[in-house]
Amino acid sequence: MEKRVTFRGWLLPLLLIAPQVIVSAIFFFYPAAQAIWQSLFIPDPFGLSSQFVGLGNFEFLLSDKFYRASFLTTAIFSTLVTLCSMIPALFLAVIADRLIKGSGVYRTLLIWPYAVAPAVAGVLWLFMFNTRVGVVSWYLGQLGYDWNHVLNDAEAMGLVVVASAWGRISYNFLFFFAALQSVPKSVIEAAAIDGAHFWRRFFTIVLPLLSPTAFFLLVVNVVYAFFETFGVIHTITGGGPQQATTILVYKVFSDGFVGQDLGSSSAQSVILLIVVGLLTVIQFKYVEKRVHY
Amino acid sequence: MAAQQHGMVEKRGAGIWLTHAFMVLGVLIIFFPIWLAFVASTVSQPEIVSPPMPIWPGDQFWENYRAALFAGVNVPVATMLFNSLVMAIGIAVGKIVISLLSAFAIVYFRFPGRTTFFWLIFLTLMLPVEVRIVPTFEVVAGFGMLNSYYGLIFPLIASATATFLFRQFFLTIPDELAEAARVDGARPMRFFVDIVVPMSRTNIAALFVILFIYGWNQYLWPLLITTDPEMNTIVMGIKQMFPSGDDVAEWPVIMATSILAMIPPVIVVVSMQKLFVRGLVDSEK
Repeated sequence: MEKRVTFRGWLLPLLLIAPQVIVSAIFFFYPAAQAIWQSLFIPDPFGLSSQFVGLGNFEFLLSDKFYRASFLTTAIFSTLVTLCSMIPALFLAVIADRLIKGSGVYRTLLIWPYAVAPAVAGVLWLFMFNTRVGVVSWYLGQLGYDWNHVLNDAEAMGLVVVASAWGRISYNFLFFFAALQSVPKSVIEAAAIDGAHFWRRFFTIVLPLLSPTAFFLLVVNVVYAFFETFGVIHTITGGGPQQATTILVYKVFSDGFVGQDLGSSSAQSVILLIVVGLLTVIQFKYVEKRVHY
Repeated sequence: MAAQQHGMVEKRGAGIWLTHAFMVLGVLIIFFPIWLAFVASTVSQPEIVSPPMPIWPGDQFWENYRAALFAGVNVPVATMLFNSLVMAIGIAVGKIVISLLSAFAIVYFRFPGRTTFFWLIFLTLMLPVEVRIVPTFEVVAGFGMLNSYYGLIFPLIASATATFLFRQFFLTIPDELAEAARVDGARPMRFFVDIVVPMSRTNIAALFVILFIYGWNQYLWPLLITTDPEMNTIVMGIKQMFPSGDDVAEWPVIMATSILAMIPPVIVVVSMQKLFVRGLVDSEK
């Protein structure tokens, strides 16, 4: 779509667009180019010079069992976060949609966790499950279950998943609720007249109508789990125990800043760039479809 | 009236109470972590370190919040709150301003390189700060912007999302308005300030809500570039309050800080709920 009526001149528009282009060039394109460039070198241990290794860093990464483990960890983590945030959200939205009165109040209350930063959510959940003072871990102890996410891989993963999914429930709820509200009531009533009970109506009519929203949320939540959960992991587990909760983004950080392994960290950044690229393409393909929908 | 329209498929009687009960249960579960943090911020350290901690608020509210705000652990939380406020507002305002300007240029002018610039901006969608942290850190360090508000704000300020949102909106502004402005001999910037910006105010407000929360909740970036506690933001500063090693954390103060860290974004979201929902839906399109 283009405007028919435009203003003349070329200097003014260039000046107008300049701030964004300059900021993007300095803080987006130059660093991204740097990442790609550095990924082709291995710096010597003193950081004085570096040696060109071509795709050596990538070859090393892809054969590195820790990196492959991190890929698997990320896959498990993002799948669980997506499921644990979408299913409760859908459930709550379906219930809220059945209420004529009061759904606004519930919505206001349910929005809260979205405003809580992932890192703060991490601290809240860490507090509940802290091995020394945590309330939940204490009651689990009373029941005979010895909770220790500092040592147990599965418990650590479970905790970071729940802490990451918690705030997203709000987000998903808002989208599911809006989608449910726009399902035409006449269709549902017609089905009800035909004798379809609630769950039948839900699975045959409502759920298919929700699928565009659900797919959109699926992509958005995967992106969230990949890139925005750093704060949760850093506050709760620091990537541990061993590397049980080291997702890809966390590994870029720990190899690049803590380990000072620039070549490898840059190569990891480049791999992540490709992942983001793919996810963005999927998202846009879908958005195009939704516009026609 | 509404009740009658929906009568066919709505639950009533016992069913409606069951539905409410489920909803309340859901809200309680979702709220539990926040409630517990609030309780912890109102009791004393000994009450927390001998579990189970109480489930109702204690009488140490003022003591804990005063300790957090004016003493903190490394730095008073009041300082961190101020830093977060500057960062969040800086990012929100900065993004909105540069996006308004560039979207106006792209929509209302034909100039050399227009398509190229458009795609360059589009590409930045694919570069979240998390994937380019090391080189971006080097750039910021090179500019001497570590431990500064510039360093906190600028790398997060370019936003393709906001530019697209405004572009989309500008395209819906009737051509007659621009036509009239041109006939009247109004300069483009006059048209921008008098017509375009006022018409965009709802979009601007909705975007502000989203961007404020985005900026306030940043963690990784402030963690990397603010080595001086005086420049810490509250969201990243909480983690710094935990002692290293085996010392017991000052839980009441840490939890008071957590509550303080969530108050501003919660106020923004809840008080501007309509705008927030709209901004959310718009910015994800």
